[in-house]
Amino acid sequence: MSGIILNVVVQGVLTGLVYGLMALGLSVIFGIVRVVNFAHGEFAVIAMYAAFVLFRNFGLDPVAAMLPVAAVFFGVGYLLQSALINPFVGRAEHEQFILLVGLGMVIVNGLLMIFGPDARPVNLSYGLDSYEIGPLLIDKARLLAAAAAVVVAAILFGFFRLTALGTAIRACADNLIGAAVVGLDVKRLYALSFGIGLACVGAAGALMVTIADARPALAQAFTLQAFVIVIVGGLGSMSGALVGGVLIGVSEALAGFFFEPSMKSMFSFALLVVVLVLRPQGLMGRRA
Amino acid sequence: MRALWRDTALWRDMPVRGRLLAGLLLVLLLAAPLFADRYLLSILILIFYFAYVGQAWNLMMGLAGQLSLGHALHVGLGAYVAAMLWVYFGIGPWLGVIPAIGVAALVGAAIAWLGCRFSIEGVYFALLTIAFAEFTRIAFDHFGAAGGAGGFFVPYQAQRLGEWWNLRGGQWLFYYVGLALATGAVVLTAWLKGSRLGYQWRALREDQQAARALGIDILAAKMKAATISSAMTAVGGVFYAFYYDSLFPAQVFGIGRSIELILAPIVGGLGTIFGPVVGAFILTPLGELLTAALEKLGVNAPGAKALFYGLTLMSIIFVRPDGVWPWLARACGLTGRRSGASP
Repeated sequence: MSGIILNVVVQGVLTGLVYGLMALGLSVIFGIVRVVNFAHGEFAVIAMYAAFVLFRNFGLDPVAAMLPVAAVFFGVGYLLQSALINPFVGRAEHEQFILLVGLGMVIVNGLLMIFGPDARPVNLSYGLDSYEIGPLLIDKARLLAAAAAVVVAAILFGFFRLTALGTAIRACADNLIGAAVVGLDVKRLYALSFGIGLACVGAAGALMVTIADARPALAQAFTLQAFVIVIVGGLGSMSGALVGGVLIGVSEALAGFFFEPSMKSMFSFALLVVVLVLRPQGLMGRRA
Repeated sequence: MRALWRDTALWRDMPVRGRLLAGLLLVLLLAAPLFADRYLLSILILIFYFAYVGQAWNLMMGLAGQLSLGHALHVGLGAYVAAMLWVYFGIGPWLGVIPAIGVAALVGAAIAWLGCRFSIEGVYFALLTIAFAEFTRIAFDHFGAAGGAGGFFVPYQAQRLGEWWNLRGGQWLFYYVGLALATGAVVLTAWLKGSRLGYQWRALREDQQAARALGIDILAAKMKAATISSAMTAVGGVFYAFYYDSLFPAQVFGIGRSIELILAPIVGGLGTIFGPVVGAFILTPLGELLTAALEKLGVNAPGAKALFYGLTLMSIIFVRPDGVWPWLARACGLTGRRSGASP
């Protein structure tokens, strides 16, 4: 019994790391540009379809497909922020919300019209392979996806901590006026941040096809989940997003095991309410 | 009634042209079942429904500035409570609407209390409302007595068809009930907007700190807004339950529904009295026209209507964040007499 539970937990951790990468993208956008990206899960699903098409037409492995998808998403994010979202920075929250809800509706229903409502699976040749370590049985595909998610997150940490550009972006998040006063080009940095955020979602979405089949209906669930993770982990805390992702991944896996898979996100929402009430800054966040 | 009349600046401040137009529209809508066909009436019923629930949401967001993105929760609670009371205990909706209102208002007040007590505001508050709605949706998916994910049905009984006192009847009944609800919501909003509470709400919306400094009880004002808004929304839910006779958690509580019901007030104009009505009159027929046109062309595109709504939402918020009505009112010379502000 404990062996099964251990397996379920490990599965949850691996899935949670991919969730965490997706939420990291939201955290970057939400924490720096201060725009509520309510189309976040929708972008993740676009990335899933992109990975699906790359696999079907060119046989590209999703872990490799992550790179071109993330690169394209970076460009899309940069343009989107410059053209559409910049005018909304500093405007009322509900206006940003509505803009992005509208964008999300366009994306989901566009995907629905192009690909239809059915699930599109990516059948990897090693999809059924697994490693046996003691009592543990670990899916190879899931392990690869989780490892890739950790690598991308590590690169991002390095970028924000070690490079001048990353430091400049963090300066915008900490003190917008101060950043503008010292001569930082805030609009460009915002566009870069949105691009980086979308690149994260792109990478996470491509990896997600190893865990779930691509279908439009996933989008809203992913958006909500990313928000839950970011708030549980702590807004503006990059490690918080990963920790929150793992926490949600494990809680979903356990809920699916002990109750019913369809009940799993109920626990995430309950957790969200508890965190909002007891620790609104999140587990790893600083008090605003 | 006299107090209502006195406090409602709606009619008093309306220019003559506006009064004429409003009167004409009302007479036209009252007489519509005499000449309109079933299809047109069904669209009008939808318009009334969206104008009504939009108005309820508008009270909370437009007047008090509390962004709820989980208002489908109150539609669903109202719908399920009334439908279950009717199916299991034979309690008709005219009576069942009272516990339906009670449950939804209680939940709405509880969420507002949580939000205020733990200072969960703005986007966080919106997420709190979504969390409650989604939690309830999944709970109802597994709630056996309510039919679970398979849905809950109000049985069709031909012998009861004329029982208007049980809200069982044909299209005409729902048409007039819908019209009464939508009209009532406009009057109620106008009255609340001009009331002491309405001014408190608007002060709160503009600047919470300043409102507190003026001595406004923030907690009470927020809870009143949430309670009234969710109570009104629950009535819409009862209407929904008995009009469609079938309830599915995913369709009733889903986030898509919460977004759908905020479209009309946003497109029409947040915080305005006629905004939700104008928004519903614009959006619903456009959506229906689009569906009909695609059907005629033989295109099977299930996402087309929602895609169009998404584009509408984006363009409205980009070009005219105040909504269509304030602009329309100015263009047609219907702005209020007193302040020049749109009603």
